Amino acid sequence: MQKQNVVVKFCGDSGDGMQLTGNMFSSLSAILGNEISTLPDYPAEIRAPQGTLGGVSGFQINLGAGVYTPGDKADVLVAMNAAALKVCTLGSKFNVPGAKFNEADCTYKKNAVIVIDTDSFGEKDLEKALYQTRQMEEVFVELGIPESVQIVPVAITQLTKESLKDSGMDNKSILKSRNMFALGIVCWLFNRPIDKAIHFLEGKFAKKPALIAPNVKVLTDGYNYGNNTAMNINTINVEVSEDLQHGTYTSIAGNKATAWGLIAAAHKCGKRLFLGSYPITPATDIMHELAGRKDMGVMVVQAEDEIAGVCTAIGASFAGDLACTSTSGPGLSLKSEAVGLAVMAELPLVIIDVQRGGPSTGLPTKTEQTDLLQAVYGRNGECPAVVIAASTSANCFQYAFEACKIAVENMTPVILMTDTYLANGTGLWRMPKLAELPEIKPQSVPAELKGKYSVSLRDENSIRYWATPGMEGYEHRNIGLERDSLKGSISTNPENHEKMVKARQAKVDQVVNKIPELRVQGNADSDTLLIGWGSTEGHLHAAANELNCALAHFNYINPLPKNTAEVIKRYKKVIVCELNNGQFATLLRSKVQGVEFKQYNEIMGQPFAVERIVEAVKNL
Amino acid sequence: MEASQFKSDQYVRFCPGCGDHAICAALQQAMAKIGVPTYNTVVISGIGCSSRMPHYLNTYGFNTIHGRGGAIATGVKTSHPELTVWQMSGDGDCLAIGGNHFIHEIRRNVDLNLCLFNNRIYGLTKGQYSPTSPKGFVSKSSPFGTVERPFIPAELVMGARGTFFARTLDVDMPTTVDCMVKAQEHKGASVIECLVNCVIFNNGTHNWIADRETRAEHSILLKHGEKMIFGANKDKGLALDYSAGIMPKLIVVPADDPRVLVHDAKMEDPTLHRMLALMGQEKFTDVLNAEIQPELPVALGVIRDVEAETYNDAVNNQIEEVRGKSKAKTFDELCMTLEHWDM
Repeated sequence: MQKQNVVVKFCGDSGDGMQLTGNMFSSLSAILGNEISTLPDYPAEIRAPQGTLGGVSGFQINLGAGVYTPGDKADVLVAMNAAALKVCTLGSKFNVPGAKFNEADCTYKKNAVIVIDTDSFGEKDLEKALYQTRQMEEVFVELGIPESVQIVPVAITQLTKESLKDSGMDNKSILKSRNMFALGIVCWLFNRPIDKAIHFLEGKFAKKPALIAPNVKVLTDGYNYGNNTAMNINTINVEVSEDLQHGTYTSIAGNKATAWGLIAAAHKCGKRLFLGSYPITPATDIMHELAGRKDMGVMVVQAEDEIAGVCTAIGASFAGDLACTSTSGPGLSLKSEAVGLAVMAELPLVIIDVQRGGPSTGLPTKTEQTDLLQAVYGRNGECPAVVIAASTSANCFQYAFEACKIAVENMTPVILMTDTYLANGTGLWRMPKLAELPEIKPQSVPAELKGKYSVSLRDENSIRYWATPGMEGYEHRNIGLERDSLKGSISTNPENHEKMVKARQAKVDQVVNKIPELRVQGNADSDTLLIGWGSTEGHLHAAANELNCALAHFNYINPLPKNTAEVIKRYKKVIVCELNNGQFATLLRSKVQGVEFKQYNEIMGQPFAVERIVEAVKNL
Repeated sequence: MEASQFKSDQYVRFCPGCGDHAICAALQQAMAKIGVPTYNTVVISGIGCSSRMPHYLNTYGFNTIHGRGGAIATGVKTSHPELTVWQMSGDGDCLAIGGNHFIHEIRRNVDLNLCLFNNRIYGLTKGQYSPTSPKGFVSKSSPFGTVERPFIPAELVMGARGTFFARTLDVDMPTTVDCMVKAQEHKGASVIECLVNCVIFNNGTHNWIADRETRAEHSILLKHGEKMIFGANKDKGLALDYSAGIMPKLIVVPADDPRVLVHDAKMEDPTLHRMLALMGQEKFTDVLNAEIQPELPVALGVIRDVEAETYNDAVNNQIEEVRGKSKAKTFDELCMTLEHWDM
């Protein structure tokens, strides 16, 4: 069977290694030339009781050509236990008593292939997953799974035990290898060459060589099981992408791409990268990655709280480093006074907000775009900062780099918005050489200002000069208080204050001349324009293709691209699609007059589904 | 160097008679004695009267936001350990809104000098009680007297495993300068509690020891390696009395008593340092009992001065160590460490 792209979902208990399996399969597919997009979905609890509905962890991959999203629904599902099958079948209604299959909620397609581990459908398993029945055969009826779905029962646990019976491993370790058997079956199903998979596994376990042989054995046995038994399914061939630019590729998660973008920027501008941060889901992986990058000279301070995270970064920036802080919504709230200090002191600073469901603690592991107005406006006083947003896991690299470039060249805080979906999802990334990346020229103080320096001195673009401690003849006092527009000392003069407010605004406004213009994707000649920002680009792109309409997707939020109003005004029907209650629409209404902005919003802690957007837009 | 080299061109706006004037002058003298050039000296502050200090010093300075000076100073020193970093803070800035940063910069032992101006009042917001105001203290925000138990800063410092603690008085310039110089010599977080008078909102709060008449009787200047002797006639000494119960107790004995202690600021164990730092503090923690006459003198000078690895050294050394061992040195080499393929 030949397909353009296929959505595969691995689902099991959070201890079953589904994230690892999914990651391995997606990397393997990427190596073979497929475009990939992934969506991990795991519970907030670190370890929910085994086999329960609350402990189900999933990993979805879309692979093939023309891949923009992780896919709405799975073509192939691997369900490692009874709880996983239930959660995947009933979707958000998994804990509604008596709920049955319903196409809208189900996370796989009507004609999906589902591989189940029959050894995890025993009486106890069914009881833990809150089934009425205690018979595996009755599970499908109880869930109302339609006939069109093809169930492939495999005794994965037994076969794994059999495979490893001579390995000398204990029972617990053997059971942990079930995921490799499942991966073997899926590799066979997709005609992935087993030697590539084995090679990949050897790389993965390079630091634990004892684990290589048993894992390779289970993987191979799983593969051969599919190949040798009369499994009544057709193998699937997925198209190899032809759109990919020539180059060296890897698959990368958004948080890691963000961290690497910061590193690249630091190396590019010859400054040391400093991260002050505090652990917070889903941003922490940025800190983890950078803490491990001392080889690249990165300095990480795990601070005592969110405020200290940003404040240590401000200290490092004052002293001349490329300084960053990473956080999520609640942390951004805590940091806002300090971000205001960086605005007032006109110091470069990159603040990464990996958005999650809010308000308050909200939904820490789920995705949302609800921090937009907080990022743009959420500070006391007239307090402009640059706000940009990444739109794919891989381009988190590009926008992290861009955030640093804007910050040090314009002496301003830059807030980079990503979210859970981008942070944890992976995509194919063409690794650039440092030399290919744009130059970064920090706004260093010119030598002729020695002895005459003031913290208020600006260039023709309203950008002040960066003099740092250790430089003789540039001693100065910076402040969070209003300062005199010439001397830099404390000033409460009314006219001076207004002048300074405008100077800081002008500085942020002129960034518009340094960012690309808005580009229209899809059918530019359509009457209808979809508008989105940040992580929804893939879904909106796919929806615009299906609707044969235009899409304007924003990576630059403040300032907006120069041609924003001109582009939007070309269209009769303008629909702003966001994972919030209409924050970008609100912003656009204040910036672009005379346009009726319609809205499509979802606030469910999940990424869009292309089919829901298409349906909704048709009815607007 | 000369103290005048450290004076900025800014008019000093502390109230006439404020103790901060004296600390400012002491700082300029101490910085001149220390001899680190103005351009390698950084003074960080938060918000409050004392936090105006950076404006009056001709060094690099950053007057930041309320309570956060400690975190910002940590960032400066850790990222640029070659700089000499001072932090100016008050009892509100440091012990209330900035309390968390305060204990953590001490715990980490960031190599900086922290002048903690303790006037037991919020001055810049015009007279509210602070975390060091005595219990029962009447202020604008405690018209019937505070019901709170105050902090004793030395206890916080030692509780956070501090390596340096000194106490000085605004009216005692030589001791203040000496404590500042010793703080700079000490590698690690050095806290100097500067007892300052707020002439407007809390005048005379330290009179017990600040009054010329009684200072010699009510305080003792501790010097490392010297006997703990005090009194106008140098006739009293401090000793440990082991007969009082389970815990030994500090007592006043005649100066020639063989039991008189020799001050050892370098002692790792903070128990005795804490006992010394707590001497006479009841005079400042319970205003309702104005008649209280502490038996023991208030300790001034460098009470604790021990060595421990600094955070900034540890962080920078670890980076150097990892860099030395690592094969990938550049971004391009780093990319090649990932699983990658050509297409």
